[in-house]
Amino acid sequence: MAVVDRINAAVRRVPAWPIYPVCALWLAWVFYRGATGGLGVEPIEALEHEYGAMALKVLVVGLAISPLRRHAGLNLVKFRRALGVSAFVLVLAHLAVWAVLDVQSLDRIWADIVKRPYVTVGMAAFLLLLPLALTSNDRAVRWLGPKWRRLHKLTYPAAVLAGVHFLWLAKGFQLEPLIWLAVISALLVLRFRPGRGARPRAAPTQG
Amino acid sequence: MARRWTNDLTRDDVTPKSLWLNRRQLIAGLSAVGAAGIGGPVAAKSDLEPNTWEEITTYNNFYEFGTGKGDPAKNAPAMDTTGWQVTVDGLVDNPGTYDLADLIGDMETEERIYRFRCVEAWSMVIPWNGFELADLLAKVGVQDGANYVAFETVVRPDVMPGVRRRVLDFPYVEGLRLDEAMHPLTLMATGIYGEPLPNQNGAPMRLVVPWKYGFKSIKSIVRISLVAEQPPTSWNKANASEYGFYSNVNPNVDHPRWSQATERRIGGGLFAQRQDTLMFNGYDEVAGLYEGMDLTKFF
Repeated sequence: MAVVDRINAAVRRVPAWPIYPVCALWLAWVFYRGATGGLGVEPIEALEHEYGAMALKVLVVGLAISPLRRHAGLNLVKFRRALGVSAFVLVLAHLAVWAVLDVQSLDRIWADIVKRPYVTVGMAAFLLLLPLALTSNDRAVRWLGPKWRRLHKLTYPAAVLAGVHFLWLAKGFQLEPLIWLAVISALLVLRFRPGRGARPRAAPTQG
Repeated sequence: MARRWTNDLTRDDVTPKSLWLNRRQLIAGLSAVGAAGIGGPVAAKSDLEPNTWEEITTYNNFYEFGTGKGDPAKNAPAMDTTGWQVTVDGLVDNPGTYDLADLIGDMETEERIYRFRCVEAWSMVIPWNGFELADLLAKVGVQDGANYVAFETVVRPDVMPGVRRRVLDFPYVEGLRLDEAMHPLTLMATGIYGEPLPNQNGAPMRLVVPWKYGFKSIKSIVRISLVAEQPPTSWNKANASEYGFYSNVNPNVDHPRWSQATERRIGGGLFAQRQDTLMFNGYDEVAGLYEGMDLTKFF
């Protein structure tokens, strides 16, 4: 049995649901550290960045699932919904820290959204993820039918916007946001390139 | 030195060492500062409670040592500052490369409790020890034709990961107009809380210009040049539309990517309230330096 098949067999026995409580516990744990001095002397910025960075990571992991199946035969699809919903919850927490603890007033929130390009881009990413989170249940999947798959392709532009959001708030030449944007781009290319799981569209002509 | 800045706070106003070493996050209710600023600089200053040693020395921007706020405290201790030398050149009577002790050993240091406002919209209150830059300039002798002072930070790639990653075009350089440099508020700092400057705060000697954004207050200085033309400055070179030469604290001129109208005083914890940013960071006595200048253009 190939390694990939053995992993796939093992994965079948691992449930996806623990992702939700792990995500919730992690959010609470980091908040607790921020409130008790564990995140340094400026916990608001630290908390905002911790939540935002984790949201991006989980989003990218979720994004990697399709390419992994197509190109490596690794089937982790059962985790995709829990990862997607968790990423959204993390984005929501990031947004809440920004609005409530950081910016602190409605007119400043609005001013930031319309005036600051990296906030505008981040907010656009959030708005793209919102319908995906709302339709992440079996009823919505049945109700939308084939439209559900098309709707959920919004994950890709949302991830690109999230990467741009991260890059745009950096000062000076910083490598980390560029690496994230490169990873997201690579996953996009892999996703839309036919792999071993895809049907060939047409026989190549001899030339 | 007819118009020396008089310090209205003394050692007695500073938190005793035993207290500030332990005291954490007790100054959340500092919102009175914003309102007091209107009453004049004296009222504003006496309301200032300095940040703790921990806050001042663990939350730093010093991109040579990394871009994270904790990176300088982590990486800067590896820098050896013994045998530090400073080159003084350009339009001066006494140019040369000096051992630091020879250059500043006879300067009379005093304590200055200043607000410190970062361009990233956070702030602290810091009890610096230092001397007026004007005194040092008088010692080296400024020649006619010098209109600006240029400063340069040390570059030591072996202990500076940010230099190896080329976060900015190092060495870090900064500059002041001569009248700004000669202003009695402009300080050369060598200590904090009566202790020698920690490396992450710019040891062994740094500039402190309290009415300008923090990045103007260049750290770990190895060169001071008196020049005729406006010198290049690092953040201006990196992004001229975001960082001007003057970079005076100004709540009415936003950074293109964020507002400068308010700031967060470090030390208030997770629920710290924002406070209004003051024009010239509350140091209205410098307004005369910029009379007739459009500060939205010369930001």
